[in-house]
Amino acid sequence: MPERIELAHNAVGRRVPAMVNGKPQIPYLGAGKYQPRGRKAAPPVRSNKDYPESGDKRVPDLQTALQKCGLRDGMVISNHHHLRDGDRVALMALEAAAKLGVKDLMWFPSASFPSQKSAIDLMESGTIHHIEGSMNGPLGDYCTQGKMRGLGVLRSHGGRWQAIQDGEVHIDIAIIAAPTADAFGNADGSHGKSACGSLGFALADSLYADSAIVVTDNLVPFPCIPWQIQGNNVDYVVEVDSIGDPAKIVSGTTQITRSPDRLRIAELVAQFLRESGIMRNGFSFQAGAGGIALAFVDYLRRMMKEDGVKARFVRGGSTRYLVEMLQEGLTDYILDGQTFDLDAVQSIAGDPRHVPTSPFTSYNYHGKGSFASMVDAVVLGATEVDVNFNGNVVTHSDGRLLHGIGGWQNCLSAGCTILAVPSFRDRIPVIVDEVTTLTGPGELIDVVVTERGIAINPRRQDLLDAVKGSNLPIRPIQDIKAEIERICGGKPARPKLGDRPVAIVKWVDGTVLDTVWQVG
Amino acid sequence: MTSPKEKKATQAAEAGHWGQDVRSDLHVSVEPRQSGGLEITLESRVAPYYGDAIRTQTRQVLETLGVKHALVSVHDEGALPFVISARLETAAKRAGLGAGNKALPEKVRLPEASVRDRLRRSRLYLPGTEPKYFINAGLHSPDAIILDLEDSVHHAEKDAARILVRNTLRGVDFGSCERMVRINQLPLGLEDLAEVIPEAPDMVLIPKVEHPGQVAQVDRMIEELKVRHSLNRPIWLMPILESAMGIENAFAIAAASANVAALTIGLEDYTADLGVTKTLEGTESLYARGRLVNAARAAGIQASDSVFGDVGDMEGLLRWGETSRALGFDGMGCIHPSQIAVIHSAFAPSQAEIEKSQKIVSAFEEAQQRGLGVVSLGSKMIDPPVVQRALKLVARAKAMGLLPKEAARN
Repeated sequence: MPERIELAHNAVGRRVPAMVNGKPQIPYLGAGKYQPRGRKAAPPVRSNKDYPESGDKRVPDLQTALQKCGLRDGMVISNHHHLRDGDRVALMALEAAAKLGVKDLMWFPSASFPSQKSAIDLMESGTIHHIEGSMNGPLGDYCTQGKMRGLGVLRSHGGRWQAIQDGEVHIDIAIIAAPTADAFGNADGSHGKSACGSLGFALADSLYADSAIVVTDNLVPFPCIPWQIQGNNVDYVVEVDSIGDPAKIVSGTTQITRSPDRLRIAELVAQFLRESGIMRNGFSFQAGAGGIALAFVDYLRRMMKEDGVKARFVRGGSTRYLVEMLQEGLTDYILDGQTFDLDAVQSIAGDPRHVPTSPFTSYNYHGKGSFASMVDAVVLGATEVDVNFNGNVVTHSDGRLLHGIGGWQNCLSAGCTILAVPSFRDRIPVIVDEVTTLTGPGELIDVVVTERGIAINPRRQDLLDAVKGSNLPIRPIQDIKAEIERICGGKPARPKLGDRPVAIVKWVDGTVLDTVWQVG
Repeated sequence: MTSPKEKKATQAAEAGHWGQDVRSDLHVSVEPRQSGGLEITLESRVAPYYGDAIRTQTRQVLETLGVKHALVSVHDEGALPFVISARLETAAKRAGLGAGNKALPEKVRLPEASVRDRLRRSRLYLPGTEPKYFINAGLHSPDAIILDLEDSVHHAEKDAARILVRNTLRGVDFGSCERMVRINQLPLGLEDLAEVIPEAPDMVLIPKVEHPGQVAQVDRMIEELKVRHSLNRPIWLMPILESAMGIENAFAIAAASANVAALTIGLEDYTADLGVTKTLEGTESLYARGRLVNAARAAGIQASDSVFGDVGDMEGLLRWGETSRALGFDGMGCIHPSQIAVIHSAFAPSQAEIEKSQKIVSAFEEAQQRGLGVVSLGSKMIDPPVVQRALKLVARAKAMGLLPKEAARN
C-alpha cells in the first residue's frame, strides 16, 4: 500500500497523484494540449518456425497455455468485455493463474462486471495485485474502500487503446474470449452459441501483447470467416465447453424506458436535433443502449421519416432500434463498437452494412483522427453535470465508483455532445455546482437535456442561434439548478471524501483528469 | 417493517411506505412517550446529501404539531420535503398527537385563477397516495391534473392521502395546469374539503352524484371555507355522474350551482349500474353520454368524457377521443401521461375545419364592418348559428395553439 502519495494540481484544478502504481503521471493539461512524440510500442518479433506448420495452435487447457506463455509473478494479463456480465473466460484465466501459484498480477480488462466479483478473493489471496479498468458493484466498492493494493486506473475505450499503443500499459498475456475461432487463432464474435457481435475491444490486446491466447466454445475448421482477430497475432487456442452465459451476453430485447419523464427527455433530445438542423440528409449520430438513448432513437426515427431525412451512418452500441433503421433505409451504415441485443448480433452477422469497428478506428486520440469527432451528434448519460457543463460518469454523488468511462470521454469530440439526464434522481440533484469526479471537461459538453428544459453551453452560440425562435424549452443551466434545489429543499450536502486516492480518471490522451478518493 | 418496541400499541402509529420498490416516499413511525423529548432515528438512501436536512425538518414538523415527547423513526426513500411533512403529520395524528395543528410545506406561487370555460381537453388522474407521480406531472402538459382522494385510495389511507394532497396543492408547481381534486363520496368528501380547500384547488370533482342537493351541499361547504380562509379565487365544480339516476338528473345537477363548470361521466360504475358490459366502441353508454352533453350545453357548461383505461392502446384511445369530440365532449380523463398528446390531437379540430371556420369568421367580420346584416361566403349565405360555431372553433383552435402565429393575432 502506498505510504504517502504526492499530489499535483492539474489544469482544471483537480488534485491528482504524481505517481501511480510505480509510474510517473502527467496531470491533465487541457483538451488537446498533450501531444507526445516518439514511436508506438510494439510486440516482440516472432518466427513461423516456432508455430506449427499445420496452423493448429491448440493446447489442452488454459493453464497449459498460460504456462507456455511464460506466466510469472507481476505480469499484466488482459481480457475484453464483449461478453459483458455473461463472461466466464476472465475468471477462468485468473483462476488458472491462481492454480499455477503466481502472485501480484495486474488485471487489465477493458471493463469488469458484477459477475466477476470473485476477483476480490484473488486480490485478497495475492494472485491479483490490482485492477486497471472499470470497476463497479462489489469490485467498485472494494476499490473505493481503499482495499486494493494498487490504485485503480479508469480509462475510456479509446484511452485504453492509447495506453497500450503508447506503451503506458504493456500486456504480457492477452486472453481473448471468442464466440467463434479456428485452430490458427482467427476469431470473430458474430457467430456461435455465445455470439456477442463485435470483438473490437480485444483488437489492441491481440496486436500489442507479448502473447495472445484465444479461448473459444465454437471451434470451426480453418478459415474462421469473417475474422476480426487475426490468427497471425495469436499464440495458442484453447477450446472450452462454454465461454459465457448467452442470456447475459446479449439481452433478448433491449427495452425503451417507460418512464414518462425519461420519455420526455428523449423526445426533447430528438426535437433538439430536428430544430437545430443537425438532423439533415447525410448526418450521423451515436446513442447508447440506455433507456433514454433507445427512446431517443425511436423518436428521432419517427421525425426522420416525417421529414424524409436519411443518415449516412450511425454509431453503435447497436440494438434492435438501429437495426430497424438500417433495414428501413434510414441509415446507410451502422459502424458498431459493441452489439447489445439479439437482433443486433444477427444483423452484424448477416448484413454487410452493419460493420464492426474498434477503439482504434473510433476512439483512439493518439492516431491520425478517429470516427468520434466525425459524428454530428452524440447522446450520452451522466451521474452529475455541473453549472460549467463538466460531467461525471464514474462515481455516485457520494464518491463511490459507479461505472466505467466506456466510450463516453471519446464521444465528447462529436460535433454536438448532448447529455440526456433527469434533473434529479430521487432527491439527489444531477445538476450541481461542481461534479464530484470530473470525467469530461465542460468545454466539450454542448447541451444538457433534462425533463425541465434544455441548457446549451454558452460556448456554443451557434447552437443557441440555431434553435432561437423554436418552441424548445431552452433555459440557462443555473436556472434549472435553482429550480431543482427549490424542489429538493436546498443544496445537497457535499459528500465526505477521504484524503487517500484509490483510483485515477485518465483523459483520452493519457493525462490524469481527476482522482477517486477513499470513501467509508 | 418497524414495530413498536414497547407495548404501548394503542399509542404508536405509522404512515407512509418504504422498501426497495418505493421511490419518493418514506415511512414514519411515531411512539408517544411522557418525557424525554424527541428521539429521532433516520435511515435514508439520500442520507449523505440530505440526512441533516431530514432530521431538522422532522424536528420542526413535530414541534409545529405540538409533539414534545416521542420516539420517531424515519425510513426515507428519497422523499421530497412536502411528502416528509405529510407523512410525519399523518403518523403523529394517527398516534393521537397534534390534533388541530398542521405542518404545511413552503408555498409555491399559485397559477393564474382558472376561468369557467377554460380549455379542458385532458385531465390527468394522480393517485392521492403516490407522491412520485406528483412532482413532474405538470411537465407533461395536461390541461389539468386531478389529485384523487377517491377510488385510487384505500379506505385505510384516506387520512394520509388528504394530508398529502393538501401539501401537494400547496407545495408543488404544476405549471399552467388546472389543479383539480376528486373528493370522496359524501359525507366523507366533506372532510376532504375541510383539508384541501384552504390550499385553493381550481376545481373539485364530486363523485357519484345523483341529485342536485349533493352538489349544493359541496358548494355551500366550499363557500364557507373560502370565507373562513379569505380565498377569493373561483373553485369550480365538476360532478361525476356514475349511475342511471345521475344521468336522469343531469340537467338539474348541471344547474345546481353557478360554480358547476363541467359535467363528466364515470363509465365503469355507470355500465355496472346498467348491468351491461363496457366495450371499446361504447355503444352501451351512447345514450348516457349524449344525454350528458345535452344537459351540459343546456346549462351552458362543458361536458367531459370518462377515461380510456388501456394505456397500451393508443389507436383505441385516439378513436375513442375522436368519437367523444364528435358527440360534443370538450375533453376526457387520462390515467397516464402518454395519453395526453393523443387526447389533445383527438380533440383538436382538423386543419380543414379550422380553415373553413376562419373563412366564415373573416366573412362575418367583413359584414360587420360594412354594416351588413347577412353574412355570405361566395354565393352562400351563412346562418348565424354557423357563424357562432365558427367563432367558437377558431377561439378553441387558438387556445390549443393550432393557428399559425400570423392568424393567432386576429
